[in-house]
Amino acid sequence: MIIGTVKGHIVTTIDHPFYAGRKKLVVEKEDFAGKPTGYIIAIDAGVSAGVGDRVLVLDEGNGARQIVGDKNAPVRSIIVGIIDRVDVVA
Amino acid sequence: MLLGKVIGTLTPCVVYQGLEGVPMLWIQPLDKAGNPKGEPLVACDPTRMAGPGELIHYEAAREAALLLDPPFVPVDHAIVGIVDELNTEP
Repeated sequence: MIIGTVKGHIVTTIDHPFYAGRKKLVVEKEDFAGKPTGYIIAIDAGVSAGVGDRVLVLDEGNGARQIVGDKNAPVRSIIVGIIDRVDVVA
Repeated sequence: MLLGKVIGTLTPCVVYQGLEGVPMLWIQPLDKAGNPKGEPLVACDPTRMAGPGELIHYEAAREAALLLDPPFVPVDHAIVGIVDELNTEP
């Protein structure tokens, strides 16, 4: 899983039926030290993430499909948690 | 998913079974602010509605093939939908 920060969202009308009515959030990924390493657009698994939230993103297709309960869903990135605190010992 | 801009079209003459009639488009990947980043790539368009100049979001890897019908096709990038609005913070 990846740690990231929600930076915004995208609005679409024409897309795959699976994405109809789903929130598509732009998440800036970060590395171990908190440095940005690019972004991904992920859907929300039901944790109600919003702009500014630090989130946990599952970026793996099979796990994401199990979460949404559809084995043919074209989904890979899904927000599965909101992070309060990260402690690093090193 | 990532953001991209359609920069051109491509017309294949022979395709693998299952890909007949599926539009192929050149995509310029974008960063989260909508600026070009990275090398252009070819993606197929299961929505059949994207055209040059449009802002789209696309999926890579195995999930790209799941966007198509039939889903078991040799595809590694596919357009998920057309983006109407991009709301991101820096």
